[in-house]
Amino acid sequence: MSGMTLDGTAPAAPRTPPLSQIGALGWMRANLFSSWMNGALTLVIGYLIVRWALGFFDWAFANAIWSVPNNQTQVCRDLKGIGACWAVITEKHRFILFGTYPYEQHWRPALCIVLFVALYIVSAMRRFWRKELALVWIATLGVIGVLMWGGVLGLPYVPQERWGGLVITLILATFGLAFAFPLAILVALGRRSKLPAIKALCVLYVELIRGVPLISLLFMASVMFPLFLPEGMNIDKLLRAQIAIILFAGAYLAEVVRGGLQALPRGQYEAAEALGLSYWQKTGFIILPQALRLVIPPLVNTFIGFFKDTSLVLIIGIFDLLTAGKTAIIEPAWQGFGIEVYLTVGAIYFVFCFAMSMYSQRLEAELNRHRRS
Amino acid sequence: MSATTEYLASAVRVDAPPAILLDKVNKWFGSLHVLRDVCLNVATGERVVVCGPSGSGKSTLIRCINRLEIHQEGRIIVNGTELSDDIRALDEIRREVGMVFQSFNLFPHLTILENCTLAPIWVRNMPKQEAEALAMEYLTRVRIPEQAKKYPGQLSGGQQQRVAIARALCMKPKIMLFDEPTSALDPEMIKEVLDTMIGLAETGMTMICVTHEMGFARTVADRVVFMDQGEIVETGAPTQLFENPQTDRLKLFLSQILRGH
Repeated sequence: MSGMTLDGTAPAAPRTPPLSQIGALGWMRANLFSSWMNGALTLVIGYLIVRWALGFFDWAFANAIWSVPNNQTQVCRDLKGIGACWAVITEKHRFILFGTYPYEQHWRPALCIVLFVALYIVSAMRRFWRKELALVWIATLGVIGVLMWGGVLGLPYVPQERWGGLVITLILATFGLAFAFPLAILVALGRRSKLPAIKALCVLYVELIRGVPLISLLFMASVMFPLFLPEGMNIDKLLRAQIAIILFAGAYLAEVVRGGLQALPRGQYEAAEALGLSYWQKTGFIILPQALRLVIPPLVNTFIGFFKDTSLVLIIGIFDLLTAGKTAIIEPAWQGFGIEVYLTVGAIYFVFCFAMSMYSQRLEAELNRHRRS
Repeated sequence: MSATTEYLASAVRVDAPPAILLDKVNKWFGSLHVLRDVCLNVATGERVVVCGPSGSGKSTLIRCINRLEIHQEGRIIVNGTELSDDIRALDEIRREVGMVFQSFNLFPHLTILENCTLAPIWVRNMPKQEAEALAMEYLTRVRIPEQAKKYPGQLSGGQQQRVAIARALCMKPKIMLFDEPTSALDPEMIKEVLDTMIGLAETGMTMICVTHEMGFARTVADRVVFMDQGEIVETGAPTQLFENPQTDRLKLFLSQILRGH
């Protein structure tokens, strides 16, 4: 467009759109009150939301009881349905977080949780994405193992049967995904291999594992597997569950990664080959960096799913966060306060899952910047 | 123009050993016979243009030379090494043979500079600084050094193809293969890529180029190979081939091309 209008005068100065079309007012007009029907719906739903929110506030905060002396829960029971009994959390939070771990040693799993979270934060920062990060992971996971088991450095030994709570969930999820992800990449590459034996093996693995529920895999790991071991030999129950989770997550993640590999144009492979790059150079520098970026959303989706699926270990008697919460309210004095406990446990799960989800969105935007031209 | 042609023609060392030798090469895609007894001998420093209608097997032919496609019968010898299942021989050949694709195939997640330095660093074990200096030298030669820090997606098609040429040259190849390098470009960008290729030809590089650009063939080619239905139908100097075609198939092809332009 030229800067002049048809009659040769200067172009009119740009005007702002009418007030009714912009800002909060314009937005409400377009989204909430665009027609008679929509306006009515907005008012009705708005009324319901406000009422429910006020009711929840009364129950959760205004009328809530935060602690009771000596398990005297009668006060709470009198307020049932009117006010929340957060006293159950005050009383049982240690059990929910640490399970049956010896009380005076609780600082150890607590420190482990802090270490896990610190590890996640460090790994999330791109400026730490160097080879040394692998060493940091190995060192941290080693320290966590020492802290949990003890038996060295003056720490009393704590058998695995007494571990429990949030730290179990974090152990299962972190070790699970840390091992399943590399396994998944290898399996995904193997499924596209030109060598028939490798390809068949990978297909077999994925289809076999995907074909059974995680619960049955956990059962097999805990009940059937020991039957095949020689007399007297025993592999830790947590370790067996951990391996089952790794194998299960690996199969699912492998298919996600394979989706990314398949989405890459053939020209990328050919260009890398024509330059003389070896298979692993081509895969490491050209194929995987692009393929993994493409599948960040489904990858994180699977991660989040598995974080929560670790709660299935309850069926083989491992006390993860959810089971610990459930067990906390078995004691007669505290029976009937499930809502408070489940809300709290849910909030803990939510914090971890929401953090993963937020981070993946940011990562996706950052890593795919080159695709905006 | 004619002076350039003469200069180029004289640059060919007729007595030099063949850079590429194809002996009765056959290839099938399923039951489709795409290369039929193809014999071709390219001397070191020679510039060969391959043309022919689409589906004639010309792209397959040059993709067999660095084994992006595997031939099923016959022999292909590149710089004295025969192509076979031997991976080490293949690596050696791919180090010496650069390739430029119709669709550029730059690595979109790497900067222009990283695109150019990746293979020299990892395949040629060149120190990073040296590789970057070399990359800048070739980027300057294709006249886009100022784009080095950008990503491929931020460049025009013509610029991307020039980067692709620079990327291949950074491996210091002895032979360059071009697979329809201008076919995916807008008309106004074809010239900048062709000029780059002409500049490269003047350095004495051995080149095989699949293209429909007859002007380029006349300027640069020592020899033009016309293919149809998987066979080499005619070969000869560009003037001879274009002005005095011997076969009906070539006559038909030329008339179609001229009508198209």
